[in-house]
Amino acid sequence: MLTALEQNAWEVLNLVEDPEIPVISVVELGIVRSVIDDNGTLKVNITPTYSGCPATQVIEDSVIEALNKAQLLPFEVKTVLSPSWSTDMISESGRQKLKEYGIAPPADHSVDKMALMGEERQIKCPNCGSMDTQMVSQFGSTPCKAHFKCKDCLEPFDYFKCLK
Amino acid sequence: MSDSKNLMDVALHLGDNALILGHRLSEWCGHGPVLEQDIAMTNIALDLIGQAKMYFDLAAELEGAGNDHDHFAYKRDVLDFKNLLITETPNGDYADTIARQFYFDQWHYLLLQELANHENERLREIAQKSLKEVTYHQRWSSEWVVRLGDGTNESKEKMQHAIDDIWYYTGEAFMPADFEKGILPDNLKEQWMSNVKAVLDEATLTMPSDEWMQEGGKTGSHTEHLGYILAEMQFLPRAYPDATW
Repeated sequence: MLTALEQNAWEVLNLVEDPEIPVISVVELGIVRSVIDDNGTLKVNITPTYSGCPATQVIEDSVIEALNKAQLLPFEVKTVLSPSWSTDMISESGRQKLKEYGIAPPADHSVDKMALMGEERQIKCPNCGSMDTQMVSQFGSTPCKAHFKCKDCLEPFDYFKCLK
Repeated sequence: MSDSKNLMDVALHLGDNALILGHRLSEWCGHGPVLEQDIAMTNIALDLIGQAKMYFDLAAELEGAGNDHDHFAYKRDVLDFKNLLITETPNGDYADTIARQFYFDQWHYLLLQELANHENERLREIAQKSLKEVTYHQRWSSEWVVRLGDGTNESKEKMQHAIDDIWYYTGEAFMPADFEKGILPDNLKEQWMSNVKAVLDEATLTMPSDEWMQEGGKTGSHTEHLGYILAEMQFLPRAYPDATW
């Protein structure tokens, strides 16, 4: 059972957007690892997606700002490395929002591997739904994404790489 | 020396590898042969610099002197750095950068696989996190060795040249420094040789066989290149201490 404070905190944090992908919250992305009411002190653990992701600091600042604004005091925000973040931590609603935003959500591990080895027709185009897609580069606009193109609608798109 | 000091030196060694190679790759920003590979190299640079930060945080904890990760990146001089010499070799042409990355990634991947089960919890956590990223690095650099090696006559010649040239910097990873004994694995060489050979075979390249190797990076004897790297990297925080954005 969540305490009222924990419940409240999850709701507040669910409104904190990812700075790079502003349609998805840091909760949906799986960055907020735990929220614990420790005798009235709120203990929030967050975890980075990629070690060098420049958004990590911004996210921590945004989380602190949101908790301050909602007056959920006192609180402690801690960055934890373990268990290390994986794309399985992205929620179902998060995956749906990525797709609507034009980013193909991470595929299953085996499909992902084939796609990133250059195998075509593995990842569905988030714009037109075609499977006629091809990887352009394993590395995309942010550390968590690869660069793809759709050979049907000819649009380039980002694919959120599977990280296990 | 105490166990804690040795562990701190190991953290600095691993952090320095990541920082210096990350810095080298970042020098490609805006200069990559094509945009996608420019982005790939800077992505890998970011991962490595992020990993360096985690190792430096660990070193700072072990040191217990109130320093933070920036201290280790910006406030030490050449003799204090413990990175492998291979990480500071100049970018050269694209083949040189790929050869360096390939040799390093192949070692880095094997090392992190071992460290992901290390008895030290902090080291284990950092390795588990980094291993996921380095899996991508290793795949990328191996693919490029194959693409260039098994490519045109010119790309093959350049790739072979780079593979031969940087070979002399690969042995150091397998010569344990005193501080790492009992902390880092000392049995990776055979697997590394066999993995490297498999990729070079696929790339139709010849594996170098010379056994003489450069060494010294882990104990602070660096090439002349490191001083120039530090001069660029450390200029701002040294000229304007505690500067913020």
